[in-house]
Amino acid sequence: MVPTNFYLILSALLFTIGVAGVLTRRNALIIFMCVELMLNSVNLTLVALSRHWGNFNGHIFVFMIMAVAAAEVAIGLAILIAQYHLSKTTNIDEINLMKW
Amino acid sequence: MALPMLFFVLIGAISVAAAVGVVGSRQPVHSALFLLTNFVTLAVLYITLEAQFLAAIQVIIYAGGIVILILFVIMLLGSEEIDGDITNQSWTGYAGLLLGLFMLSAMAFNFLNAFGEMDANAAALQGGAPKPVGLALFTKYILPVELVGVLLLVALIGALLMGRFPSKRVS
Repeated sequence: MVPTNFYLILSALLFTIGVAGVLTRRNALIIFMCVELMLNSVNLTLVALSRHWGNFNGHIFVFMIMAVAAAEVAIGLAILIAQYHLSKTTNIDEINLMKW
Repeated sequence: MALPMLFFVLIGAISVAAAVGVVGSRQPVHSALFLLTNFVTLAVLYITLEAQFLAAIQVIIYAGGIVILILFVIMLLGSEEIDGDITNQSWTGYAGLLLGLFMLSAMAFNFLNAFGEMDANAAALQGGAPKPVGLALFTKYILPVELVGVLLLVALIGALLMGRFPSKRVS
């Protein structure tokens, strides 16, 4: 059996890649995918720790996070499409309507 | 090296490579397909972590729902119009990479010394089959399940409203 800390290190690696993607990319859709990457790495952490302590709380938490991620994707992509109708771009450098 | 460890290293390497592909590829469609690969490898890892139900849910919701939704949006918006070229170079990329490396090294250093012992508790999970997870969901955690249902309903209405009245003003 693989020890828990290997899973935690893999999860930290995936989370860091997601953070780097959010900070470096300029396309709103790719930033969206990087946020999904980060959510999934946190799910991996919760499942690994759930096995470590042998109870179901982590599984329940991951289930809730998946539901929230589905809602977030629906709303986020709807906002993205509405923004695209408004300004014909998804480059976040050009989406500065609320920047004062 | 034992066989489970070899399997974990292989799947983890594929997962990390797919994540790098999500961040690094030029075409958004390629990013979405790399994201799909990452989700599937995570489902495999869930099976090795005694969470069979979550592995199935991961494939159904993420691979079957979210990636397809993202691909639909890429199709609607046009892949060639939203390529992710960095138009104005700035220092944020380098700062992001540096801070990310710092955070990763700090977390890895902590995790190397903790959670390393073999745990004997995993048998209590019963492999994470649907039956025990469902029993926990519908008895002890029934209130959060109902709240998640309300959340999904609100998200449905919100997405509907957001897509129904597109603004006609084009600045």
